[in-house]
Order: sequence, then C-alpha cells, then structure tokens
Amino acid sequence: MSLDLKVDGQSEDRAEGYAQGILGTPMDRPDGEAKVTGAATYAADEVPEGCLVGMLVRAPGHGRIEVLNLDEVRNSDGVRAVIRDPRMIRNAAQGTANQAPVQGVDKADYIGQPVALVVAESFETARHAAHSLKLRTDGSPGIVNPEDAEPEGEPDTTTGDLDGAMSSAAHSVDVIYTTASSVSAAMEPHATLAWWDGDRLTVRSALQMLKYNRNELADSLEIDPENVRLLAPFVGGGFGSKLGISADAVAAAIAAKELGRPVQVVQHRRQVFETVTRRSETRQRIRLAADAEGRLSGIGHESLVSNLPGEGFAEPVAQATHFAYGGAHRVIGERLARLNRPAAGSVRAPGEAVGVTAFECAMDELASDVGIDPVELRLRNIPDKDPESGIPFSSHMLERSLREGAERFGWAARDVAPRARREGEWWIGTGMAAAFRVNLMMEAEARIALSPEGAVVETDMTDIGTGTYAILTQIAGEALGLPADRVEVRLGDTTFPPGSGSGGSFGAATTGNAVWLAAQEIRQAIAQRMNCDEADLTLKDGTAICGNESRPIAELLDGGSLNGHGHVTAGDAFSDVRQSTFGAHFAEVAVNDVTGEVRVRRMQGTFACGRILNEKTARSQCHGGMTWGIGMALTEGLTHDRRDGHIVNRDFAEYHMAVNADVPPLDVHLLEERDPWSGPLQAKGLGELGICGAGAAVLNAVHHACGVRVRDMPATPDRVLAGLE
Amino acid sequence: MKPFDYVRAEDPAAARKAAATAGATFISGGTNLLDLMKLEVMAPDTLVDISRLPLDGIEDHEGGLRIGATVTNSDLAADMRVRRVYPILSRALLAGASGQLRNKATTGGNLLQRTRCPYFYDTDTPCNKRTPGEGCAALGGETRNHAILGTSDHCIALHPSDMAVAMRALGAQVEVEAADGTTKLHEMDDFYRLPGDTPHIETVLQPGDLITAVRLPAPQGDRQVYRKVRDRASYAFALVSVGAVIRMEQGRIAHAGVAFGGLGTKPWRDPEVDALLTGNAPSRELFDEAADTLLRGAKAQDGTEFKLPLARRVLRATLEEATQ
Repeated sequence: MSLDLKVDGQSEDRAEGYAQGILGTPMDRPDGEAKVTGAATYAADEVPEGCLVGMLVRAPGHGRIEVLNLDEVRNSDGVRAVIRDPRMIRNAAQGTANQAPVQGVDKADYIGQPVALVVAESFETARHAAHSLKLRTDGSPGIVNPEDAEPEGEPDTTTGDLDGAMSSAAHSVDVIYTTASSVSAAMEPHATLAWWDGDRLTVRSALQMLKYNRNELADSLEIDPENVRLLAPFVGGGFGSKLGISADAVAAAIAAKELGRPVQVVQHRRQVFETVTRRSETRQRIRLAADAEGRLSGIGHESLVSNLPGEGFAEPVAQATHFAYGGAHRVIGERLARLNRPAAGSVRAPGEAVGVTAFECAMDELASDVGIDPVELRLRNIPDKDPESGIPFSSHMLERSLREGAERFGWAARDVAPRARREGEWWIGTGMAAAFRVNLMMEAEARIALSPEGAVVETDMTDIGTGTYAILTQIAGEALGLPADRVEVRLGDTTFPPGSGSGGSFGAATTGNAVWLAAQEIRQAIAQRMNCDEADLTLKDGTAICGNESRPIAELLDGGSLNGHGHVTAGDAFSDVRQSTFGAHFAEVAVNDVTGEVRVRRMQGTFACGRILNEKTARSQCHGGMTWGIGMALTEGLTHDRRDGHIVNRDFAEYHMAVNADVPPLDVHLLEERDPWSGPLQAKGLGELGICGAGAAVLNAVHHACGVRVRDMPATPDRVLAGLE
Repeated sequence: MKPFDYVRAEDPAAARKAAATAGATFISGGTNLLDLMKLEVMAPDTLVDISRLPLDGIEDHEGGLRIGATVTNSDLAADMRVRRVYPILSRALLAGASGQLRNKATTGGNLLQRTRCPYFYDTDTPCNKRTPGEGCAALGGETRNHAILGTSDHCIALHPSDMAVAMRALGAQVEVEAADGTTKLHEMDDFYRLPGDTPHIETVLQPGDLITAVRLPAPQGDRQVYRKVRDRASYAFALVSVGAVIRMEQGRIAHAGVAFGGLGTKPWRDPEVDALLTGNAPSRELFDEAADTLLRGAKAQDGTEFKLPLARRVLRATLEEATQ
C-alpha cells in the first residue's frame, strides 16, 4: 500500500494538533555524535581489502590528446592500469540530468578535463604515476572569455516598452554588475569506491541525488540501472557540485570492472576545482525606471552567463526578478556564451544567489537616486500578485521580513547620507537587501516500518550536512508519537524508496512530505486497530489514545509491524500560485580609508520559509548562506587565465572563501509561517535563501560607509580603493 | 609524490653532510615543502630531517636575540622578549598563515618558503623558477600576488613571507653553518638574490649550508609597526605589507628601518628610503617622497597595477602611526 499525494491545492495543517512536540524544535542531529567522533563514514572512508587506488589525470591543454609514454607508465612498479575509456565523462553531470553527460577522453574541451585514470596498488604510486604520464594536446583554446563569444538566447520576458519607460521615468538606474565565476568548495572532495559482483555494481560516492545519479552512472557505463546500487549515507557538503555524478564515479567503476578488484578514486582538491560544475560568472545589465516616489514602471535584467558546449544549463540569473517587483515594462532574461572553460552548473541557489544580489544592489542605487530609505523602496514595490503571470502568491512575507529585520537590526538609527560615520581610519555604514528564492517541490517516496522497538524510515534521500537525519526523525516521530530515540532514519541507499535528493532547497519539504505520508498511512492502520476515526487519534511517547482508551503501540502491533509508504509529487499548487520564500538582509561594515579593506561587523537575516522543521539546523543553513554572501561580495572568485580559460587559483589558499575572521556574529530570525500550498507539512525550502541577496546588503553597506559603489564582485581592496582615491 | 630517501640527522654536522649531496634538501616543519612535493613542483631525492636538532632555542645574544632555526612561528610569536622588544616580529608572524601552520612552520623554513605564484604551482604551465629556461606563464597571465619590485623578464614571483619582512626591518642576520663546518653570517639584505635570469636560485646558500639561527640586533627603534593588507581577514598572503622600526629624537626620525612585503621578489628593504627618512621631521611630503623613492623602479603588470597606489597609502599610514 502507499499513500500518494499530488500537491494540487492547499493542505490542512495536521501537525499542529499532534502531541509529540518534537517537530520544529532545535533538536540535536541524531548523526552528530557519529560525525564529530569520525564514526560516520564518508565516500572515501571505507577501504576494503585488496582495494586499488585510481588517480585521474587532467588535460594540460585543449584538443586531441596524445599520450607520449603510456607503456612506460603502465609498466612501472605498482601500477595496474592506465585507463583511457571513451565512457569516461568530460565533466560532472548537471543536476537531474538522469543520463550520461558528454563523454570521451580523446579530446579535451577545457583544461583540466579528466582524460585518463591511473590505477595502482597505493595512493602514492597512483599519484606519482599520474603525474608522470606525459600528455600532448594539439588544439587551440577556442573561445575562453565571455566577451569574445557570440551569445545564444533571447530574453524570456519582453513586455511593454522599457526604453520608453526609462526615458520618461522620474528616476532611473542603468548599471552593469558582474559576479565572479565560483566553485562550491564542499569540504569532502568528490570520491568514489566501486566494486562489482558479477554484473552488479556497487558504488559508494559523494552524491546528492541518488535516484538520478544511478541512471547517470548506468547510462555512462551502458548497463542496466537495475544492476547499480549507490551508497551515500554521509556526504560532506555538496552545494550543487554533487547533484550529478562526477568523473571519479564512472572511472572507478570502469577500472573495477577491468581489474576485477574494488577501486577507489578520490579527486584531489585541485581536480575538484576543474571537473565539477562551477557557478558561471555573470554580467548583468540592470535597468530600473521609477516615478517620483520610487514606484517601478520598468525593470530590465539582462545577463550574460557561460557554459561549455554541450551543457544544457544556463545560470538562471533573473529567476526571482520575474516576480520580485512590479513594473509593466520588462525585459528579463539570460544569454549564454559557449566557452572552453570548465563546465558551469547549479551552485547553491542557482539564479538568485547572483541575480538577487546584483539586483538588490541596483535597487539600492535607485533608493539613493529617489532619495528614500531603501527599505521603504522595497515596501512600495511589493506586488499584490505575480507581476508577469498574474497568479496569486501562495504567501508573501517580504513586508514582514523587512519590518522585523529592520527592527532587530536597529535600522531606524541609520544616517541617511553616506560617509557619515567614521572611527579612526574606518568608514562605518549599513546596508540592506531583500531575499527571494523560488520554492520547488520534486517527487519523493519513503517508507516506514513501525515495530514495537520504534520506527525505521528508509529513503535514498541524502544528508549533505543539512540535517536530513534530524528533520526526518522529527517528522516521523511527530506523526507516530515517538520520541526521537525511537526513530531510526536510513538514507543514501538506492535499495530504499527514491527520495527527492538534496538540491534546490526542495529536499526537506519534498522528502519530508513523503515521510509524513508514510506515517499517515500507519496512523490510519493504528486508528483502525483502535476502532476510532484517525482524526480522533492521538499518538504520544509510544501510546495510542482515542477518547478514553489508551493503549501502548507495541500492544497494538501484537508482535508484528505496520508499514507505511508515502509518495509525493508537485501538482497544480506549484503552477496555480507563485510559491517563493522571502527574507531581508541587513549588514554593518567598516571600510578602511587607507587600504580599501572591508570588514563586516554584524549581519542580520530574517527569513520566512513556511514551517521550520528543526530550528537549529534551519539556523545553520541561514548562517552558511549569509557567510557565502560575504564571500561573494568581498573575497571569493575563480580566476580564469585569459589566454586559455584554465582556473588559476585552484586551492584553498588562493581561492578565498570567507573564513572565521571574516564572519561576524550573524543574527538569524526565522519567521513563524505556514504555507498551505507547499504540502501537508506547510514547510518550504530554506537551504539557499540565506545566500540570496546577502552580498548585496554588504555591498550596499560599503557604499553607505564610504560612498563607493563596487559593481564588480568580489569587492577586493583594490576595487574599493579605486573608488576611494 | 616522487619516492625519496629520508635521513634523520643526529647532529648539525651530519645534517650538513647529508644535505651536501645532489638532490638533497632539508625538512623541518614541512608546511611548504610537502605541499610542493605532493604536486611534484619540488622532487628531492633525499629529505634530511633537521626537526630534532637542538636548534629550537631563543637566546639572549649580544644585546639582541638569537633565534634557533627550528623555533616554530607560534613559539617565536609568543616569546615574551619578542613581544616586548620586537613586537613587529610577533605581529608579522601572527599576520601570516594560520594557527595550525604556525605551529609547524619554523624560522629557517619560513625564510626559505617558496613563492605562491600559481604558475609555479602548476606543472602544466611553464615556470623558470621551477624549471630553468622553460619560460614564465605569469608574464601575460593572471597576476595579483606578484611582485612589482626586483622583477626580471624571467620571473615576477613574489616572496610571500611576513616574518622575513619584520626581520629585514629589524636588520636581522642569518647564521649559516657551511658544509665545511664554518659559520657564516649573512645580512638579510644579502641573503636573498634577485631573480635575474636565474630565478630558481633564491638565496646565497650553497649545498650543505644549514641555517642555524637568525640573529636580531638590539632594536634600533622602539616604535614598531607591522601593517598587512590582504584579501581576507585571515589566511591570505599580503597584497602589500609594511614593517617599520622607527626611533624618534626631538621630533625627527633618528632611525628608520622600513621593509615591505607583497611588493618584492624578495623581502624588500630599500636603503634609500631609510636614508631619506632619517634625520627628517615626519610630514606627509616626506612620506610621499619616501613612496616615490620606493617605487621608482617598480614594474607592475595589469593585475598588480593596484599595488602602486596601495603601497603609497600603506607606507604613509604606517609611517604616520610610527612617528606620531
């Protein structure tokens, strides 16, 4: 049996009446102790007896690859094989690709493409042999800089007459912002252990979406997906870079088959930078036309992004611009430059992370031009329905986010004019931005087996550090009336029902609802045994209560177990109404007048994402997003060599993520909200909202502090200084 | 990593002897060398481990300090004499690397750390420092953490040390035991070589030469400032750093030792800058003139153009702080 739900309309909030009281609480992660003691094993942590080690070899240039010393390396001590197989993949698969990405090792489309796997008895041997392999390439780099390409595509939205609106506007802004190419930089590098049992392949890998990854791997290897089992019980961060299979998975599987032994392939950090999908750099032209009071009449948001030939993904920069603010005259969309740089794909909040950030900077410029408070400018432009499709919003929490965030931050005390506060060499200023992120739902299944000992939840969903183990424990425990220690959640195994996978902020709500439905099925069975209506059933601490009758669930089970299966899919609720999450960011920064260095002194983020499933893990997600925002605004960016497109700064010393000393106390305020359109749990995604616009609050604060608008991110000291001089 | 022999030296003489053979190199903290070996940027045949030699003391010496070559950066920064009398050194050390790295990195190793030029690290791009005569990918490439002083047509690699900048400002000497057992003292000014057409040769050290200590003279200035500008608040190399050791007498600068990081192919100090400052009353004009003097031979790339105004501003602010 299964309880299936296609989310077409509004759902009743049944959790509100439940008695266990663990849903939403800041419960510690049940997997936390295993993680901090090292007992939780990640992709590369378990090495079976007789395992061989593979090391990928990167293309040093573009074009046809010639190996000059294949036999020499193949025959060197400890080396078992040098594999160059046409099934090896060029770059990581895009999220939800569900099929093999571009394959082949004969020719390199970008520098850093994996073109061989050296397999040896030890890691050291494999690495040295991989380094010893001499490769020659014969190609020219092709086009490696966005401005040299003939871009593809046209704006998605062209309504009214934006040029006319701009020329007749009382106030207008026409600016170009750029954001840097960047990388996910998950702590766990991409790694795979593969072994075969006859025709059956088992792979432990660092992956976010197993249901799709299985098909991607099977398609790459040209085998039946039924013969592939994927395991990813713990994943050390993904941020999009593990949405699709990466080169290690396919190469390890091929090598294990060929050599008849398990093979482990761990990508070196420098390889991760090149082989997994990066976030495209963007060039965003933003035009805003407004009346004397700052009410928008026109919005232009046109972006240039890039990707490798053959990749279907184009950074959806203006995803939130379509519905963020009103204005009848609109030109919104992206164009794609095909470049021979490492492939681009989804990185935390694809679209909004860079799009909202640049757009909210432009809004700050408009507020300055109109001469009104930037919070007030947003409030004046909140649309009452989706400005393009005309459908209603499922909920709209921007005004509350702005007002409560401003209150907590102390925004009212702000000087209106920039360059008003100075402490020694430091200019002090504050800035704000709105946050938007579309709310998505995918398809997911989960099952629960309830026995006298407790409940076991199984789905191939992943926990990429986000807290999936915690929230699914809470969801099942709440619905079945069990304390957390009587719920066991098992994840990351394709023999379990297919969950949604982790990505796009949809994991918690989608797979969470599948677990919820599975529990509802069990509740119905318990009600039946209690001879009562399920609506009258109370479950708490392992006891079923109905009217005056109270019986331990173990007794009801009578030595057996009850099984539930839940299946959820997105329906009309995701097209009849516009679903989004909302928030507001506030930042205070100090800008050094001598050096142009920026230090963030405090940040406040207020977020509305429907029901909060776990207050602690939710807060952590917001902290992480805001920290990324600081990096995007100030420090982080891949440098591509202009001559050949290769990534120059591919280690953590030179690729500057914001680190502890860059991150001040972050105040996160989660608004209490239920969104009945988002499914029975009334929860929406929040893993990505924290990054959307965070960098804009920082850059707007930089302007307020010292009067310098930095429109090219990251705002490194030299870029700030150029304005200060 | 290429297979290599490992020798644990029992005493300095054995260390010198072992290191005098071709392809041998010393290792102590290994914070830089091991990274480079894993990438096969460096591929020594033999590692001579000096980390257990009795070179980890900090002693009073002729009115100054003698800092053993294997004293860790953490211990040196925390030493009370250093903090009291040579605060510039403590601050420079703490401005560098990360806590974990400072716990391992040593004084001698820090002096000899290699450049962070990304093309030096990338064995698929040409680098004259890594492979003499191969060419320089940084020229015409992506430059940011590169030098503008002391460069040549063969190399623009920056010396990344913070510690060495403070030591140069303090007028330190490098104490070296040669292969034949004699002790030599090198002024920091003479210890490093400019790249010229041999950027792979970075110091005057000969095979088998063992750095045993750094000697600091009695401080010639009580006003000590180390200021570092960087892309993020920790664990980032200097875009520009200035170390100043100043003594004021009757409103005039009686002693100036000013050294620079983030600018030179070696830890930079320009005697003409010091001479210009010495004997004069501090003023904005004087500091600007000092900057003109410092930068008179500067050669910036597209990516390092910003260092010219930045160096000027940081020098001025540092001198203002040190002389006020």
